[in-house]
Amino acid sequence: MVEQPILELKNVSSNYGNIKALKGISLKVFPGEIVTIIGANGAGKTTTLMTICGIVPLREGEIYYRGQPIHGRAADTLPALGLCQVPEGRRIFPRLAVEENLEMGAFFRKDQDDIRKDMAYIYSLFPVLKERRKQHGGTLSGGEQQMLAIGRALMSRPKVLLLDEPSLGLAPIIVQKIFEIIDDINKRNRTTILLVEQNANIALQTAQRGYVLETGSIVMEDDAEVLMNDPRIRKAYLGE
Amino acid sequence: MEFFLQQLINGITLGGIYALIALGYTMVYGIIQLINFAHGEFFAAGGYMGVILLSYLAAHGYMTTHPWLCLGGALVLTMIYCAALAMAVEKVAYKPLRYASRLSVLLSALGMSIFLQNGLMLTQGVYDKPYPSSLGQGGFEFGMITLSYLQILIVVVTVVLLVGLNALVFKTRIGKAMRATAQDKVMSSLVGINSNKIISLTFALGAGLAAAAGVMVGLYYGSVRYDMGFIPGIKAFAAAVLGGIGNITGAMLGGLIIGMVEIFGAGYISGQYKDVFAFIILIGVLYFMPTGIMGENIDDTRV
Amino acid sequence: MIHESKKIWKNYAIGLIWFFVLLWPLLGIHKDGSLTIGRAFSVWLYVLAGTFICLSLYTLHKNDILKWTGSPMAKAKDRVTAAAGALPNWFWVLLILTVAVLLPLFSHRYAQDVAINVLIYITLGLGLNIVVGLAGMLDLGYIAFYGVGAYTYALLNLQYGMSFWVALPFSAFFACLAGCIIGYPTLRMRGDYLAIVTLGFGEIVRIILNNWMELTNGPNGLLGIKPPGIYYPSFAHGFSLEFLYLKKLYLLYYVILFICIFTIVAVYRLNFSRIGRAWEAIREDETVAELMGVNTFRLKLLAYAMGAIFGGLAGAFFSARMRFVSPESFSFLESAMVLSMVVLGGMASIPGIILGAFALIVLPEVFREVELYRMLAFGAAMTLMMLFRPEGLIPAKRVGTRSEERGG
Repeated sequence: MVEQPILELKNVSSNYGNIKALKGISLKVFPGEIVTIIGANGAGKTTTLMTICGIVPLREGEIYYRGQPIHGRAADTLPALGLCQVPEGRRIFPRLAVEENLEMGAFFRKDQDDIRKDMAYIYSLFPVLKERRKQHGGTLSGGEQQMLAIGRALMSRPKVLLLDEPSLGLAPIIVQKIFEIIDDINKRNRTTILLVEQNANIALQTAQRGYVLETGSIVMEDDAEVLMNDPRIRKAYLGE
Repeated sequence: MEFFLQQLINGITLGGIYALIALGYTMVYGIIQLINFAHGEFFAAGGYMGVILLSYLAAHGYMTTHPWLCLGGALVLTMIYCAALAMAVEKVAYKPLRYASRLSVLLSALGMSIFLQNGLMLTQGVYDKPYPSSLGQGGFEFGMITLSYLQILIVVVTVVLLVGLNALVFKTRIGKAMRATAQDKVMSSLVGINSNKIISLTFALGAGLAAAAGVMVGLYYGSVRYDMGFIPGIKAFAAAVLGGIGNITGAMLGGLIIGMVEIFGAGYISGQYKDVFAFIILIGVLYFMPTGIMGENIDDTRV
Repeated sequence: MIHESKKIWKNYAIGLIWFFVLLWPLLGIHKDGSLTIGRAFSVWLYVLAGTFICLSLYTLHKNDILKWTGSPMAKAKDRVTAAAGALPNWFWVLLILTVAVLLPLFSHRYAQDVAINVLIYITLGLGLNIVVGLAGMLDLGYIAFYGVGAYTYALLNLQYGMSFWVALPFSAFFACLAGCIIGYPTLRMRGDYLAIVTLGFGEIVRIILNNWMELTNGPNGLLGIKPPGIYYPSFAHGFSLEFLYLKKLYLLYYVILFICIFTIVAVYRLNFSRIGRAWEAIREDETVAELMGVNTFRLKLLAYAMGAIFGGLAGAFFSARMRFVSPESFSFLESAMVLSMVVLGGMASIPGIILGAFALIVLPEVFREVELYRMLAFGAAMTLMMLFRPEGLIPAKRVGTRSEERGG
């Protein structure tokens, strides 16, 4: 019995302004997986996630989440369905407190007690956030902001978590920590993760499968290990 | 000394009014980067609705039997009315232009301002419309200083509204959503906040506060005019910029400062040029401290 | 396609109901304690009728049902526009110019009066256009320059007996100076703020004119300003130069026509110059223009000052023509009207602005009965134009072309 993908893109095209950013890409993500999309700057990685989330309008193709079409749905309806993004650059709300940022992550939820419990859980995952919980988000360091962004996304109890370049602008040691946490989220909560990254190295180490995106098209798709050992990939993205 | 204290009282009263109007400008600019030219007209509409309702109640004698209830009721209804008006204006004239050029939506706002002002003039007349005079005569006197009942009323109502807004924006879930949307519209959508509804709410709140200011100005000066929103609108915007555009506490502070400067300027320097002082402050702030006293609060992300 | 229409009609119905709810309290609650529904209802019906017709036409047009009625009309229209397009531009310019020059010969005083107004506003519109249309800056206090120009001539004439033509460059100069003074602090700030600040400046100028009794005589205004005069050769007693005040209306008409043509030519040349292209860059995206090496501040100041100059010229003529000047003529209402002309006619479009001025001055004259609703219509028209046709009635032709338009 073939498992149904929890997230599927079929022949999706979308534009960034007047430029064709995505040219008919198709991909599948199965429940519980960590899948990564790697590619250079400008390949269309962010556009992919923004198209899934409905921020960038779809020109062609379909997007299915848990078997239901979500293309054309308003972006703000998706977190309630369990689909949540941690966008590029963290984008935490700079003049809201750490605590309030987390509260916003749970905005659509009504279950106050569980929200409190979840917040306690996030604080245990990221103790530094608890320390700084009354501080404005904009005063946090890059790594702390990334933790806050992930924490905020977790507050929505996502089934599928989309991560856009979590390693961007962070020191290697912090990147390591972040990816450990990502792995942990996946293992502990069975949260499906679609990870978009420029740092192909750590992405392919963490993920099970990968797609390679080049100027708006998927040029390769395989298990992460296979991709890591592929000479073309090694040359183009792993710095050999 | 007594003159100073009197000006202080007057300044606080006027400052409160400007603060209420400034909040609407600052919240709307904070969330969609639009200077809502029509906001002055929400203030004026509030003034008119107040007098319409109060006159009606006066004609039925309710003003003599339950003056405070009438005032309270009229105030609430007026605020609701102007909130509805603002939501309609936003839906019709601003929402369709959300992704158009800045100039387009500014011009649309200007058009709405002219339309509403003339709408008020055509439906209500060109002349001043007087408030029923039975309310709020008299006050306390300390030597040369008068503290009228109306002034106390205005300050009390203003403080209540400001505290209420503060609580709403900083303590409630929806208030935090408003601040989040103002800071990063795309991200707020991504966490599940419906920006359209939040924007409507922002307009409604801002207009409600301006409406309250309108009613109180009508009571204080005794009458309203169809163009009463024009000059106070400019000054209130100056107050919003002074406090830091988008910043709610800033707008409150800015309003108070502008009110004080106007009263003291008129009292000590020149009464004829009192409108100019607020304006000089605006230029000064924009030149020396463009982000305002308390800092801006807008969406400075670029998707 | 059809259910999209359903959604529009549903929103339309909700909108109408909301409109009635907002309208009724203003017309139906009376200070004698009565509540009526009649007046509100009748106004509402008018609005309903008008919008219903417009929406129906729009829906029919969208669903291509109108094609069969349009066909013979469309064909005729196409033939006419093709024929008209075949004639070169200079033909039209020459035609209009000829009509303009010969106008006084076949018109009454009344028509000449209106024509003079139109020409003044064309000049103002073109001046404002430099700021709004070419450089993309929203100026809501433009009328201040008009006022400065008017008062400059008035004062120079009354205090020093200076003649109109000598004072004209002074008017332009002082207006330009005012532009620089206002522009210097203002143009460094965010574009949005410019609108409010210029609005404030316009008001300040009016307040100063109104209150500075010693200089401007305040609200009473200045009387007895002399009209323009010229020297003309006379052969009555041998060769001599006689001086004549141009008091006759048609002579004044030619003066303003001259000023107006001068303005048109100047703006046209500016538009297609290097400066004009730099302004267009600023208008499209200021940040990018700055990065491309355009000194945005200097150019914006230049636009502002140049716009002011034409306002000043128009103002000088205004006071020479009216022989009286008072602060009343320089209110925000006037600024808004000039702005409407530019916006409705087509920003940065010279023929558009001419049409805009023409429409906004002539139409109210023709439809005198609806004078009351003039400004209401202006306001609504401005918003509607932005919603449906932001380019204006006669859109401007771009100076450059975009790569997408060229097919790249």
